[in-house]
Amino acid sequence: MNFHLTVSHIYKSYNGNQVLEDCSFSFDKSGIYILMGPNGSGKSTLLRICALIEDPDKGEINYLSGGSVLKKDIELRRKITLVLPRIGVFNTTVFKNIAYGLKIRGITGNEVKDRTYKALECVGLMHKREQNALTLSSGETQRLGIARATVLEPEILFLDEPTAFVDAKSKKIIEDNILRMKNNGHSIVIITTHDRVQAERLGDRLLLISEGKIFSS
Amino acid sequence: MHSIIKGFKRAFFLIVNLDAELLGIIFLSLNVSGVALIIATVVGLPVGSLTGFKKFPGRGLLVSILNTFMGLPPVVVGLFLYLILSRSGPFGFLALLYSPTAMIIAQSILAFPIVASISHSSIISVDPIIKQASMTLGATPFQVSLNIIKEARYGIMSGIIAGFGRVMAEVGAVLMVGGNIAGYTRVMTTTIALETDKGNFELALALGIILLTLSLFINIMLHLFQRKEMIRAGR
Repeated sequence: MNFHLTVSHIYKSYNGNQVLEDCSFSFDKSGIYILMGPNGSGKSTLLRICALIEDPDKGEINYLSGGSVLKKDIELRRKITLVLPRIGVFNTTVFKNIAYGLKIRGITGNEVKDRTYKALECVGLMHKREQNALTLSSGETQRLGIARATVLEPEILFLDEPTAFVDAKSKKIIEDNILRMKNNGHSIVIITTHDRVQAERLGDRLLLISEGKIFSS
Repeated sequence: MHSIIKGFKRAFFLIVNLDAELLGIIFLSLNVSGVALIIATVVGLPVGSLTGFKKFPGRGLLVSILNTFMGLPPVVVGLFLYLILSRSGPFGFLALLYSPTAMIIAQSILAFPIVASISHSSIISVDPIIKQASMTLGATPFQVSLNIIKEARYGIMSGIIAGFGRVMAEVGAVLMVGGNIAGYTRVMTTTIALETDKGNFELALALGIILLTLSLFINIMLHLFQRKEMIRAGR
């Protein structure tokens, strides 16, 4: 495994409430990691810190490739993607939402179209590509979030409760996409969920977050 | 009453026959206000974005000043510009007083706080999740800002239209620094004021009708545009 992530002695608190406390783990194998734990246990916080969206109070996040630590620059940020529980829909078409990440990477022309169409097919939103993304149902919106992330083919994909509050059809599509990503290559997928059945169905490694720390189960 | 009806009749005659003097005044008005609006937008949008995105000492004060200046009295702007552009003023050597350029400067000053302030409000109203989503997709800080501005586009556009309405309807500042010179600095509002003083209501009424029509047209366009977007967004 070339690309991997180490979390070393992370501390994070909000308004005096300690969420993560001396949290350490190494995500060094490709496949799907499932992160479980009760509400408020710090799952989402850990994901945001790992995705470099938020800074820890103490401790370090390091991405390594070929044994050397990667600089936390835009190049690294573009190798990792996080899908938030509320994905943050842009007020434009479904197509443009998915193509956004490609365009800001300087990709143009047919490659944008081909990759976006493929992602649209995978999440079953091809027929809605010209529709404003704000008009999608909650299940479709979550599928849009998955497509918007997977189209970028990230080395590490973080999914924060990707199937909470979605219908059975959308859940199946999202799970199929996660499995496709796993089967395709060397990516690491880290998912938080409360759904134990889903965790067993998708996960290669099951992790528990409790009292601010990660435990393997 | 009779003179008002007569005035309206004459006004429609002038409009229908595309009177050369009338056309000149309309084009100069649109030219001065259009250029002023472009300047106000080019300066105002970055200022509104800066106050929306960056935290810096004095930001709150700057926003308060911008909000206050939205109601800046045109005659005060006219007076201020008159003093600095007059022959004895610091910029008197530029000989800009009583020129369309002076009118453009005056209207830019009036429109700038409106564009900046409404842009600021629109940008800070964008859901913070848009910033996070852009970041997770690999946007640079500049690309994140651009995406937020894009999300705030309808609010920003309202600010620009409001700025345009302000400068098109303004009379005090352009009268003071433009001088209302026929064929050179005479615009719609100053002509209305002058012709009313002279008792020549026909031209004043014709320009009043055109001014209102233009204002109505701009507002209808904005309304249609916003409604179309709201329908597209399913709101």
